Parts: sequence; structure tokens; C-alpha cells
Amino acid sequence: MAVFPREIVKPNTMLSNERYAVELRHVNIFYGRYQAVKNISFPIERHKITALIGPSGCGKSSVLRAINRMNDLVPGARVEGEIIYRNQNLYADYVDPVEVRRRIGMVFQKPNPFPKSIFDNVAYGPRLLGVKKKSVLDEIVEHSLRQAALWDEVKNDLKKSGLALSGGQQQRLCIARAIAVEPDVILMDEPASALDPIATQRIEELMRELQSNYTIAIVTHNMQQAQRASDYTAFFNIRKQRFDDGTETRWGELVEFGRTDDVFMSPEKEETADYIAGRFG
Amino acid sequence: MRAQTTQPTTTYMPPDEVFRQRLAARNRRGLFSRILFYASVFTALLVLVILFLNVLNETFGTVAVQYEIPPETLTTAVTSLDELEKGDLVAILDEHVGRRFRVILRNALSQVPDEQYTTAPLRDVFNGKIFPAELGNHVIGDLEQHQLASILQSNLSQSQLRDLVMREVVVEEVVASWPLYDTLFNKDEIEAVTAEEYPEATLRFKSWINRDFLTTPMSSVPELAGIRTAILGTVYVILIVLAVSLPLGVGAAIYLEEYADDSRINRMIETNIRNLAGVPSIIYGMLGLAIFVRLLAALTSGAVFGVEDSNGRTIVSAALTLALLILPIIIINAQEALRAVPSTLREASFGLGATQWQTIWHTVLPSAIPGILTGTILAVSRAIGETAPLIVVGASTFIVTDPDGPFSKFTVLPIQIFQWTSRPEAEFRDIAAAAIIVLLLLMLAMNATAIILRNRYSVRY
Repeated sequence: MAVFPREIVKPNTMLSNERYAVELRHVNIFYGRYQAVKNISFPIERHKITALIGPSGCGKSSVLRAINRMNDLVPGARVEGEIIYRNQNLYADYVDPVEVRRRIGMVFQKPNPFPKSIFDNVAYGPRLLGVKKKSVLDEIVEHSLRQAALWDEVKNDLKKSGLALSGGQQQRLCIARAIAVEPDVILMDEPASALDPIATQRIEELMRELQSNYTIAIVTHNMQQAQRASDYTAFFNIRKQRFDDGTETRWGELVEFGRTDDVFMSPEKEETADYIAGRFG
Repeated sequence: MRAQTTQPTTTYMPPDEVFRQRLAARNRRGLFSRILFYASVFTALLVLVILFLNVLNETFGTVAVQYEIPPETLTTAVTSLDELEKGDLVAILDEHVGRRFRVILRNALSQVPDEQYTTAPLRDVFNGKIFPAELGNHVIGDLEQHQLASILQSNLSQSQLRDLVMREVVVEEVVASWPLYDTLFNKDEIEAVTAEEYPEATLRFKSWINRDFLTTPMSSVPELAGIRTAILGTVYVILIVLAVSLPLGVGAAIYLEEYADDSRINRMIETNIRNLAGVPSIIYGMLGLAIFVRLLAALTSGAVFGVEDSNGRTIVSAALTLALLILPIIIINAQEALRAVPSTLREASFGLGATQWQTIWHTVLPSAIPGILTGTILAVSRAIGETAPLIVVGASTFIVTDPDGPFSKFTVLPIQIFQWTSRPEAEFRDIAAAAIIVLLLLMLAMNATAIILRNRYSVRY
């Protein structure tokens, strides 16, 4: 299924192979004149969970939001480099960010259901895409809620407001809402940081279940979570430069990328080991 | 690292007795400011109560009424007008009114324009009313007095006939009036003054606000004057104000909040909208006069739409002027409402692949609507009370015909109140107070609507 026009592939872009859903190549992100991250390159493997970890301010959320062009919404934000998805650079001129976001969904840090019914929350995306038939919507809603492991809890009151659910249920509703438009990739920005341990555990289990159908990238502050729930880990850290006039500039860089087991058990870099051991951050 | 001791060796905090002294002083200061706040609230409430009492004082009270023909002379000693049969009432009219009978009949029953009343056949004049069918081809002049009387009797109810007798025969005149305060506490004095100065008058409690007051048009006699034209004018004006300012205001707010980037020119536009909200209303009146009444006279007089003999001083001009006046307020309120929609909702919508317009239409607006409506209603209730710009735009101060469309002359409640309070006769002040009550009730109703809307539809996140 051709999604983006295929004929406008730049000759010098290497085609990403079937293994990777998304590939970041030399990505730089700027907010106005301030550079948030420098020269980030790593792949996100298909049907695997990739965790982005690092101390606050290292730019891991910026990188995640660059992948589905949510950064476009921030005034002054600019992305350089290439993010390859289905052999296309997502930042090519001809790419419509609206289509990117429909293919690469997002779940946010704070559960943010719409102040609508549970049904309307899940049906929001399909309706945007023009699905009108009630029977089809019914099917999508049930299927999505089942995949998000929420169906059994809410099947009898789909008309209830999404805001009436508990925090953990709200977050699973947001996941159901994201998968209702059948994305390839789901980006999760600290999806469990506002939840209690039991709700967190459910989200982690859910991610493992979704893995067979979707590619997942997750930003997390929780080392155990990254270790438990991810296949690959990208560790970011802050770099600082002090100028002669006393001002300081800081940006984020990718320190280490690899299989989660490798990164946690035998990190290549000293600072990775320090961070994982809790010696800073 | 601080030394691990249970008792800190040095302390910067005051010793206990000093602390307690200072605490007492701190509490005293807190008490003082609390009293100050209570006093402010109390003063505000007091002023409000005084305002209400003042208006109520004028609206209700005692009147000394004098009759041209006292009602008791019309009837036998034991019965009052209320108990008379319809036939007797018509007989009284017949006896006292004479030639005015046809005019009475016209005012009560005629179905044709006044100028055709004497020439049109009766089947048209009394179309739908009860009258002898064989007279259908005659004109009103052909009828005998007793025929007129019987038509009147068969079409009107007892109470309508009694009112006619009161209005046409008895003709009551208010010769003096006293406010509610005197009515309640100085009754003896009122009676003494009346007995001395108006020996023929009778005293009666009167509420100046009553059904007749609401349903009759303006008159130069305060007892007969009503606010029907003013209420209709206000309703017409407000409807047009809403229709113009709501879409414009919300549209501008959506542009400024959702689309406009943070450029110098957009910041300037926003600052100036805030300034416009503070411009004195009379200046909007001058603007309305120059643009809507004069420059766009062809449009606002309805000449373009085929309305004849009208000038630019119409409902449309007034409504457009008031719409301009409250436009900045609506924009600012709508902006606040849009800004209050959490950005996480916008992100959620964009994250699902919504376009900007889909996000605004399906997510932002539904959440902002209660706030927008509340702000709009409050702005409109300000427009209802505006007087100065409408005087400049040219509201009619004396008008007895109902407005029949957007291109007719008009008056509104505040104009009517303003005009009545500037009259010398005391009774006009009483009806002005009555009109103020109507205006206040109208505003209260609108503000209540705003509160209900807000409570009912607002969402907590």
C-alpha cells in the first residue's frame, strides 16, 4: 500500500530495510536559536519496543515528538536531518504532517481523554478519517478497546464520559483511541508516570501485547520499566559548553544505543553505567 | 553536608517568646485586613440595597385620583361598575359618549386601516367579528346608535366594556402621587393633604408596573404611558446585535488564539482590541452616526431593499453600533475561553491525525462554548443598558408605533427611562422607576441564563 508518493525519493537516501519501522539519521532539533539535541541517529525496529531514557532535559521527549511531527505545533521548533519512514523522509517538503500523525500515533504523559463519551473518544480518529457508518464505528470501538484491555471494564457504559474513568483506565482509553486509526507506530511519552504501580504494570503488560501488531517507542524515567518492558534502549545525556562570557549552553546527545539487555548489563560507556546505577540524573 | 546533631548549635530563628509576640501581631494584622474585606463587601451590598429600595419606592405608592364623572354617579348606590351587566355598561357608554361611539368601535374592533373605516363595507370592517349579516354591504355611517351599541356588546366581554367605561366616561386623572415610603409611614399626612387640596379625589394604592404598562405604547400622559414599543425595540436591537457580534467575535477570537502566530502585528491587534473595550460608549455612538446613519444611509434605511420614507436612524443602525461596542468584549471573552481549553486536548486531537480545523471544530470549540456563551451574554446585557450611543445614533424619544422590522424607527428601554426622568412631572419619575424594574429584570434573566449555561455545560479536566 503506497502511502506517500514514492517517485519523489531523494537519490542519496539509503532505503531503510524491512527491519526498521523508523530510522533517525543525524537529527538536530532547534527551538528558535536554541539547539535541543545534536546529531541523533538510531533505528526503531519493527514490532519491537524501543525505550528512550536519560536525565531530565536531555531531549528524549523532543526526539520522540519529532518522529510524528508533533514538534511542528511548537512555535519556532525546527528539525534538521532525516527521519525515514517507509523509505520517505518525514520532513520532506511534500509530506503532510497530518498524514504522518495518523500513521505514527501518540500517547501522552498525562492521560488526556476528550471530555466526550468513551465511545466518542475512541471513534474520534476514525470519524476524522471519514468513517461514518455506525456499525463500522461500533466494531472499531470494540476492537480497539479490547486491544487496549479496557473492553471488559467499560463495555456496559460506553456512553459514560471518558473523564469519569480512573487514571489508569483513562490512559488505556488513550491507547485505544490511538490504535483506533490503525497506526504503524505508537509513540508513548512517559505513559505511566502519572499512574500508580498497579496501573503502571497493566500498561507495561499492554505494551507487550500490542507489540505483535505495532511498533512502539517509549520515553521513560523509570529504569526498571525500560529494563522490563523494552527490547532496545537509547540512552541520552546532557552535554554542556561554557563560554568565556560566563554563559552556558546545553543540549542532548545520544550516548548509547543497543539491545536493552546489553545496555543494562554491560554498557559500553561509563556514563551509561553511572546513570543506570542511579549515580546521577 | 550539615553536622549530624539532634540540637542545632546555632539558629537564625527568633527565640520562642519573640516568636509568640510576633505571631500575635501577625494575627492582629490578619484580623484587620479581614475586617476591611468584610466592610468592602458590606458597603457594596448596602449600596445595592439602597438602589433597589429607591427604585421600588418610586414604582409603588399611593395616588390621588380624580374622575371627570365619578363612577359611583353612573350606577345605583349598591352596585359598582364591576358588577354591572354588559347591557348596562353599553347603555352608560351610549349615554355619555355620543358621537365618539364610532371611534370607540373603530379602536376596539375595526379590521381595516383607519382611513378606510368610514368607506369600507361592514363585512370588511368587522371581518371575523359578530355583527348582523344583512348589514354587510353598508358602511359605518349608515348605522344607528343602537346598532353600534349592540355590535359592541356582542363582541366585547364584561371586563373589556368596564375598562372602556373607565377610559371613555369616567376618565380618571392622577392629580398627585406619593412614593411607597410615604404610603407606609405617612398615611395621615397624605390623607390630610388630599382632603385639603383635592377634596374630590380618592386615594388608591397603585403599582406603576402592571400589565397595561407593559402592553401599551408611549403616551404623553404618564398614567396611560407604557413601554411596549421600548421592549419591542430592545428585543429587535438585541437580536441583531447577537446575530452580528457573536459570529464576528468568535471568528476573530479563533483566528487570534488558534491561527495567528506571535508576530508584532498580531500582538498590536490584540492590544488594540483590549483598548477598544475601554473606549467610552458615546464615541461608538459618534462612529455609528458617521458610518451607519450617514455614510451607509442607503443600506441602514432599507432604501436598497425597497423600504420607503425612512432615514438612517433605524434599528439596524443602532444594532450595528452596539454590536461594534461589544465586539471587543466578546472577542476578549472568547479568547479567554479558548485559552482555557487545555493544550493537551489539542495535542491529543492532532496526534490522531486531525487537521487544524478539525481540531478546532471537534475539540476546542465544544470545550470553549460555555465560556464563549457566558461572555457573550454578559456583553449583550451591557448592550441592553447602553443609552449614550443610541441617543447619538438617533433613537426616537417619543414613538407610539411598534417597530415593524429592522428598518423602522425605534426606541429602547434605557432611552425611555432617560427621557422620562428628564420630565418635570412626578408621575413620569414613577413610570421611569417601573421601566427600570423591567430593565433590571431583563438583565437579571440574561445573567441567570449565563450562570446556568456555565454550570450546566462546563467541563472539569
